[in-house]
Amino acid sequence: MHNISPEEIVETLLMITQQNLDIRTVTLGLSLQSCADPDVEVMARNIYETVTARAEQLVPVCEAVSAEYGIPIVNRRIAVTPIASVAAATSAADLTPLAAALDRAAAEVGVDFVGGFSALVHKGTGDAEARLIDSIPAALATTERVCASVNVASTRSGINMGAVLRMAEVTAETARLTADRDSFGCGKLVVFCNMVEDNPFMAGATHGVGEPDAVVNVGISGPGVVRAVVAALAEDADLTEVAEAIKATAFKITRVGELIARETARRLDVPMGIVDLSLAPTPAEGDSVADIIEAIGVQRCGGPGTTTALALLNDAVKKGGAMGTSSIGGLSGAFIPVSEDAGMVRAVNDGALTLEKLEAMTAVCSVGLDMIVVPGDTPVETLAAIMADAFSIGVINHKTTATRLIPAAGKQVGDVVEYGGLFGSAPVMSVNGWAGSRLIRRGGRFPAPLGSLRN
Amino acid sequence: MHTPAILSVLGEDRVGIVAAIARVLAETDTNIEDIRQTIISGIFSMTMLVTVDEEKTPFDDLQRRLAEVGEEIGTQVTLQREDVFRFMHRI
Repeated sequence: MHNISPEEIVETLLMITQQNLDIRTVTLGLSLQSCADPDVEVMARNIYETVTARAEQLVPVCEAVSAEYGIPIVNRRIAVTPIASVAAATSAADLTPLAAALDRAAAEVGVDFVGGFSALVHKGTGDAEARLIDSIPAALATTERVCASVNVASTRSGINMGAVLRMAEVTAETARLTADRDSFGCGKLVVFCNMVEDNPFMAGATHGVGEPDAVVNVGISGPGVVRAVVAALAEDADLTEVAEAIKATAFKITRVGELIARETARRLDVPMGIVDLSLAPTPAEGDSVADIIEAIGVQRCGGPGTTTALALLNDAVKKGGAMGTSSIGGLSGAFIPVSEDAGMVRAVNDGALTLEKLEAMTAVCSVGLDMIVVPGDTPVETLAAIMADAFSIGVINHKTTATRLIPAAGKQVGDVVEYGGLFGSAPVMSVNGWAGSRLIRRGGRFPAPLGSLRN
Repeated sequence: MHTPAILSVLGEDRVGIVAAIARVLAETDTNIEDIRQTIISGIFSMTMLVTVDEEKTPFDDLQRRLAEVGEEIGTQVTLQREDVFRFMHRI
């Protein structure tokens, strides 16, 4: 049968039906550079018209591809040019009309999130960038589908410490403005170090300035598949065997991503961009990165050995994936969002997983301190210091790190917040009270590290 | 357009499964290239390589008809484009 054995067919069907294999997102990247206009209302109209025209076919095409190939495509999303760079054309102080236009356009074409209410300020904050950042809390509170992100650090330029503190204030303000939804606005806000230009995953997706006018990027999933493969190994299989099994599975998952990316790009008549190899968990039972870590042999995720298991997992996924596609991109590392991963939530509830261990895990995986709920009265200097620690890891180690912290208004350690759907629920985590507030208040720029001088 | 696809059927064994599926394929000008069928612990399992003539029968129409027949005879019938298996298991 074209050399495909019945066993291989059954394996594929089992991966889809029982182990949650799916394509996590097909994200259409769109340039909005041509939408710039001095009048913010005209710009908003241009944005709405551009997005609805270019993305009209995204959902129908994804639905058809998904049905014909029998592979679920969980999310269809849109990423746009960081709005601050388009908004430089206007002097309007309030940029929320642009967020509202994106929100309406996303609803019109049937996508659940649009990313790109964003700014890059890693070396300094421009006027348009400052206005965008000021507009984030209201934009996130008054829209449903818009995601915001800000890049405050890079290996080449160091950390803009003033921007870190400002983003901590913006996070706290967003939490206050969305208090009636357990501060969910912060779930749509990512602060980055070494942001990438082709990330298909929300909430941090943007369409970088180095990209073509439109592009299809695909984010794979598959923690459930990897967990099943590791769990099926012999109890005493050595770590080389574990890595080998993960690698072989990552190859298969990536190939599905490559196929879906090629086919959706062809049907949408836009170039295929990248396949992002991140293992992205969901609250579904077994579809968990924490469960993989535990299947590898850690009693509870967060316990000693966790960083080793995560490093091995992340590296094996990349090695397998690299054989499956020539278009690796985006973040390409395991995600560890606490609220979205039932195993992580269990580990926090058991006292095994703390903020400090998550920071250590950030050093060996993708985006770090993700969907972490902390008490609503956490001081902004403390939030900023937590962010700065994550970004220091990124700056020094030439990698993307990010934070998505939710200081849930009115909540204390021990409370639980429910966001529903893929966002899951999470216990409020305790924060170390000995924060470097004075360090944060010093401001200035954390200089680019020696390792950045590579030319 | 002639599209290769994999048809898989899983369910409790009973009289008429192959006939019911084959009838839909014949009526839609879908050619059967290869069939493998086995019974594992009473569970009927069949995989077919078929070629779908999409000019005569759109892919989603065929999927719908097969799903209807599957429901009538109490089996799970899926039709997927063949590339997904080739991509996943071969370089």
